Amino acid sequence: MVEIPSGSAGAIPSAEVEDVELYHPKSWWTKYVFSQDAKIIAVQYSLTAIAIGLVALVLSWLMRLQLAFPGYFAFIDADHYYQFITMHGMIMVIYLLTALFLGGFGNYLIPLMVGARDMVFPYANMLSYWIYLLAVLILAAGFFAPGGPTGAGWTLYPPQAVLSGTPGGKDWGILLMLSSLIVFIIGFTMGGLNYVVTVLQGRARGMTLMRMPLTVWGIFTATVMALLAFPALFVACVMMLFDRLLGTSFFMPAIVEMGEQLQHGGGSPILFQHLFWFFGHPEVYIVALPAFGIVSDLISTHARKNIFGYRMMVWAIVVIGALSFIVWAHHMYVSGMNPAFGFFFATTTLIIAVPTAIKVYNWVLTLWRGDIHLTLPMLFALAFIVTFVNGGLTGLFLGNVVVDVPLSDTMFVVAHFHMVMGVAPILVIFGAICHWYPKVTGRMLNETLGQIHFWTTFLGTYAIFFPMHYLGLLGVPRRYFEMGETAFVPPSAHTLNIFITVMALIVGAAQMVFLFNLVWSLFRGREAGGNPWRATTLEWQTPQTPPAHGNWGKELPVVYRWAYDYSVPGAAEDFIPQTAPADGGITREVPA
Amino acid sequence: MAQTIGTHGEPDLRPAGLRGVAADFASDQRAFKTASWGKAMMWIFLLSDTFVFGCFLIAYMTARMSTPVAWPNPSEVFALHIGGQDVPLILIAIMTFVLISSSGTMAMAVNFGYRQERHRTAMLMLLTALLGAGFVGMQAFEWTKLITEGVRPWENPWGAAQFGSTFFMITGFHGTHVTIGVIFLLIVARKVWRGDFDQERRGFFTSRRGRYEGVEIMGLYWHFVDLVWVFIFAFFYLW
Repeated sequence: MVEIPSGSAGAIPSAEVEDVELYHPKSWWTKYVFSQDAKIIAVQYSLTAIAIGLVALVLSWLMRLQLAFPGYFAFIDADHYYQFITMHGMIMVIYLLTALFLGGFGNYLIPLMVGARDMVFPYANMLSYWIYLLAVLILAAGFFAPGGPTGAGWTLYPPQAVLSGTPGGKDWGILLMLSSLIVFIIGFTMGGLNYVVTVLQGRARGMTLMRMPLTVWGIFTATVMALLAFPALFVACVMMLFDRLLGTSFFMPAIVEMGEQLQHGGGSPILFQHLFWFFGHPEVYIVALPAFGIVSDLISTHARKNIFGYRMMVWAIVVIGALSFIVWAHHMYVSGMNPAFGFFFATTTLIIAVPTAIKVYNWVLTLWRGDIHLTLPMLFALAFIVTFVNGGLTGLFLGNVVVDVPLSDTMFVVAHFHMVMGVAPILVIFGAICHWYPKVTGRMLNETLGQIHFWTTFLGTYAIFFPMHYLGLLGVPRRYFEMGETAFVPPSAHTLNIFITVMALIVGAAQMVFLFNLVWSLFRGREAGGNPWRATTLEWQTPQTPPAHGNWGKELPVVYRWAYDYSVPGAAEDFIPQTAPADGGITREVPA
Repeated sequence: MAQTIGTHGEPDLRPAGLRGVAADFASDQRAFKTASWGKAMMWIFLLSDTFVFGCFLIAYMTARMSTPVAWPNPSEVFALHIGGQDVPLILIAIMTFVLISSSGTMAMAVNFGYRQERHRTAMLMLLTALLGAGFVGMQAFEWTKLITEGVRPWENPWGAAQFGSTFFMITGFHGTHVTIGVIFLLIVARKVWRGDFDQERRGFFTSRRGRYEGVEIMGLYWHFVDLVWVFIFAFFYLW
């Protein structure tokens, strides 16, 4: 290790990066609506994502009602059920999780956490939001189009997605879905370029890559992945659009529909699956990596301890990001592949468990003998770790070809991915909102309402998804509109279904408590002050709370240390902000 | 034990070898020391766009290899009947030559841009745009010829239906890129001619100061579109 002399304590001037040219709003419209300020764009992204997410929540209620009480609700027929499934999945994965983590938290936190005045190209950033909104509107238009939205399942597998047996296949549904995705990808690219370049080129003085908070590392890596993975989805959508509109046969083999031989022939449905999952698997980590990063910061801050193994955490994020591009075909074990591929993809899938396990161990070791404050963000972070480990363990089952084949297309799969990429990241979103709400609004969330929401959500989701594993092991298939009489599913499975549905209704209702809390605290919440969590990272050191246009006042901050100087022995306080000068040389930072 | 590392004003203690490369990349403020924000953004966009074209080409190769019907012979399909005989690939050779030449004029424009010779820069950009438009025009001619011979996205007279669908999709997507490039070349050329970059006049939408670097960023995109064409040419016409 190199011995580095402590810096001459003289003040280092902050350096305005030369390309900074902020757009200064001239009217109410350009300040709050067509705003180029990343903080406003972040709030716009978040509110839109939450709004469309509520639609997905209602859809999940309707599905659960059908599964628990088949035939009881006349307005839910098989077609509607599949439409609910499709829209619920697509909304949650892309329009809620991706948009909220990258468009919402990315926009708010990246400039503040790396010490920039704004994103590098605010105009493109603004366009990104409005194009995202357009994508959401096109998607929602499916509900009002003739024939309703597509019911192809969120994976949109051809040939069934564009045939008449599937709701929306020959109507507007599939067209609107594909167009919406294409528009979303274009909009996301504009924002994503901003996030990446801001992290790479727009940091404050002293903010080296290895001093960035893990939140920024997570969002940054996820955005790079998204920029490389979304192209595959873009191409798949364009080709399927042509198959449906122009009668091309990219994905369509020779096929008979309703007793009639179609004009299609020679296409490969498996090609679509490869393109889709080349996007789809990285997408899992596009959602998970920001969650990993945010959780690391929440745990460190609220346990008043430096993150354990910072460098290892960074490399784990990067390695997970890279590996996630060579595991996609583990979603296709039953699609028909060369067995050697199954072996390859099972191996790479299991290798991902290594960096992921490193992260989990490091979180636990950060908590070890920490000064744990059970605040709302900390509760959600702890709940995330438990949930993620649970979901990850069932991933080991499904990653193995021989174990996966009998479990494929059962409720076990549904339980697995809801735990690992549904519930777990959403717990982080709640934790992150609780953590940064004081910075965004200047007020604290109500603790009592927050506790009610947390415990109902945390315990409730376990009550929903734990039994689902058991249903899957019994062989209950997923995506079945109703079970009917079978030889292998015992009647008790039905009782369990009713229980799951009741819990789903309760958990869904608990989210209204959270929304109410957001609104109530905006007006009645306790004043937060600039740094209520006594945190080290830059966003808590802004001159105003909420941060003003340009974030930092006259002088940009200068960074002297890493983001994790908590409870440093000999320091006056149990945290030392990143902006605290190096005098005295007290830090736990590992030298580069 | 080491103390807080300041990043400024100390003697250079950076590690050697690969660790040094990593340390440089991760160092203060900028990962790419000489790249401005705009240039870095264009490079990363092009990386993303590479994946789009990559997926298109891989999809095309998959379709070509897996279709049960024979693939049409490119040297016959893309031949022109000139002077009583079929000349294979003649049109595409000219098109490729035109597009590659436009990369040359673009590079010259960038050079003159940095010398602040605005009229020469603008003229060279216009020439580039003209060559680009010529390329798109010849592509339109090629499309028309194939369409009159009966090639459709869903069928063609010679073999696998995927021939027409991939051909129109990929050349169309590339042609769209060239067209967008031509439009932006004209916009930037107008700004250069008007002297916007000498006066650092602010953009209408972005309110950012114009710089001659904009010519170079435009050039990056243009060279990329040319480079992609080389791959399309190789995989479509020479395979």
